Amino acid sequence: MNRNETPAATGAQENATLKALKEYYLNEAPFAIQMTGVKKEYQLGQFSSGTLINDVRSWWARKHGRDDPNTKVENDGRVILTDRFLALDDINLEIKHGETVGLIGANGAGKSTLLKLLSRVTAPTAGRIEIYGRVASMLEVGTGFNRELTGRENIYMNGTILGMTKSEIDRKMDAIIDFSEIGRYIDTPVKRYSSGMYVKLAFAVAANLDAEIMIMDEVLAVGDMAFQKKCIEKMRGIEQERGKTILYVSHNMDTIKRLCERCIVLKQGKIIFDGPANEAIALYMGINRAVATHYDYPESSHARYNFRKALIESADFPASFNGQIPENATLSFRVAVLGKLDLSEMYLRLEIVNSYGTVIGVMNSERGVPLKKNARTHVSVVMNCAHLAPGNYQVNLVAEAYTASGEWMKLDAVDSAFSLEIAYNAAAEEQHAHWFAVWNSSVNLEPLQIAQV
Amino acid sequence: MDKEIKKLIQHTVIEPKKLLHLNFGELWKYRDLISLFVKKDFALVYKQTILGPLWVFLNPLITTIIYTVVFGGIANISTDGVPKLLFYMAGNTLWTFFSEAISKTATTFKDNAQVFGKIYFPRLTRPISLVLYTGINFAFQFLMFVPVWIFYIVRGEVQPHWTYLWVLPVVLLFMAAMALGCGLIVSSITIKYRDMAIVITFGVKVWMYATPVVYPMTEVNNELLRRIILLNPVTQPMELFRFVLLGEGTLSAAGMIWTAVFAVAILLFGMMYFNKVEKTFMDTI
Repeated sequence: MNRNETPAATGAQENATLKALKEYYLNEAPFAIQMTGVKKEYQLGQFSSGTLINDVRSWWARKHGRDDPNTKVENDGRVILTDRFLALDDINLEIKHGETVGLIGANGAGKSTLLKLLSRVTAPTAGRIEIYGRVASMLEVGTGFNRELTGRENIYMNGTILGMTKSEIDRKMDAIIDFSEIGRYIDTPVKRYSSGMYVKLAFAVAANLDAEIMIMDEVLAVGDMAFQKKCIEKMRGIEQERGKTILYVSHNMDTIKRLCERCIVLKQGKIIFDGPANEAIALYMGINRAVATHYDYPESSHARYNFRKALIESADFPASFNGQIPENATLSFRVAVLGKLDLSEMYLRLEIVNSYGTVIGVMNSERGVPLKKNARTHVSVVMNCAHLAPGNYQVNLVAEAYTASGEWMKLDAVDSAFSLEIAYNAAAEEQHAHWFAVWNSSVNLEPLQIAQV
Repeated sequence: MDKEIKKLIQHTVIEPKKLLHLNFGELWKYRDLISLFVKKDFALVYKQTILGPLWVFLNPLITTIIYTVVFGGIANISTDGVPKLLFYMAGNTLWTFFSEAISKTATTFKDNAQVFGKIYFPRLTRPISLVLYTGINFAFQFLMFVPVWIFYIVRGEVQPHWTYLWVLPVVLLFMAAMALGCGLIVSSITIKYRDMAIVITFGVKVWMYATPVVYPMTEVNNELLRRIILLNPVTQPMELFRFVLLGEGTLSAAGMIWTAVFAVAILLFGMMYFNKVEKTFMDTI
């Protein structure tokens, strides 16, 4: 394209070209994304001792049949060998242009790895990925933002990193500023922005990309409610009007359900389901419902949180617990918490999540228990499920405390710490009112009092 | 189908890492990013400084004065008949370009780990933009050199070889290629061996003394030393630079060919190694 043409003529011509390009992708390109036999292997543990001299020493020792001086040895004398771990195992997948596909799976199922491969942050170990179209990845919005630069300068920086050209950004500048709601602060260094403004600006750039394929990883978990709504609407707009392809990863079943028709479920690096979103969500909630009376929460399952002030280690349920309790019953269990600091009062909170991924209510402990640094504290918990309607729930465990200055401070949190089914009381089905409560909501509120006056 | 559209269609194939995979077309597509990186670097370096961009001139000026006093005044090293100030200024200007380009590109992975880990763009854009940035800094410093140079020409103390003036851009290109190549290799090794970062800081210093920066080639009388210095691929560009501008120095076709071969080889190797490491470095760092 001739760069010296008048802007108007160039604009019209570019629009026509973009339209034709879109037509091509939608009608002629065989697919948007195709993965065949894709594997990704990670090495666990030490790669290298970090200094050349140690590596040479290790190599020398191995060569002469002696023990490697740099091997890690456990307390009991076991040698830790570098381990390999398949984060993705033989992934075969095809996504057509214009599809909106959800991707769900427990922590460590390989979702992030898959997105990293597609956004080319890292390369696969085996297999082949083919992509038709430009990919905009939003693994983390605002990448490349520099605190010293102004909002406008950062739009250019972030936009070009995301693959736009400068003239493209020039054309979209007004739309981006408008969407970001930053207004007159656009020429202020972003270090003066509030975190909310920062995120809005970052999302505005990403949302205005011309990419045909968008990869999103829970970007909507940020910003205030109104802005979140705007983002969801923008995404739906992207999907419907422009025929974009979206791969959306989230823990929020609600958004998956609202945005995606097709959904893929990953488990231990393998695709175990690929089909309608409703079925996928049901299956996923089922996977997570594996019943046990003892749950361990290894440090990796807290990966999403960085509070690190305590570690919720495990939960123990009575031997009779089978994952199911009757309506209006109470559930008792024990939680083991490893303290990382001394606290006179630690509080626990349970967040009840329904099968759509929506938190329907929280239960807070009224009193606290003391916590000792580097010691394990066992806490007994009695959970009254009186108002929970029959159905399947996930429970998030959160430990909190007051700081010396009287502020709330999160100590640790475990998502989907355990699952719970409130059994359906068949005998009560006769009652019309009860039936409604069960099937229309997750919470049984008090019966309504009415009378003729 | 329209040719225009065909050109715009993006078809990406991602496969396990291959050694020889240099995608220059993609780099060209991201040229706006390169220029923005350069602009950003300029914008950031002098933010919250009192003298601001003046440092571009002050830095080499102070170094030149130190060299003139220490090597010229105290050690009394001959400058082959060229005015001392001019001799050291020329050497320092070119050497600063080279050493800055190496040390800046050598930390590419370390400095950009965060961005590289989250988003894809051709990674080479970053080191290339850094070399361009040092190139522009060189241009500024050269601008400062020019009036001093003209002053001595007018006084008749130096006789430049005007007919060879066209060689200068070639010299710069070779210097840039060598700096980029070395920087890429060092930054790729640093991922695995952190101590490379320390090695490079004094490595560059040693390299400077192995290059005729503060002394002319004619002053090296020891045969062994002379051979070593001539093996240094930066020697010939340095001599050539002064030969053209100051009319002093030795010219050697063999030396220039050696430099050219070395520059191309190290650049290609550096790019390939960098590309190989870049694809999976996120799993290691």
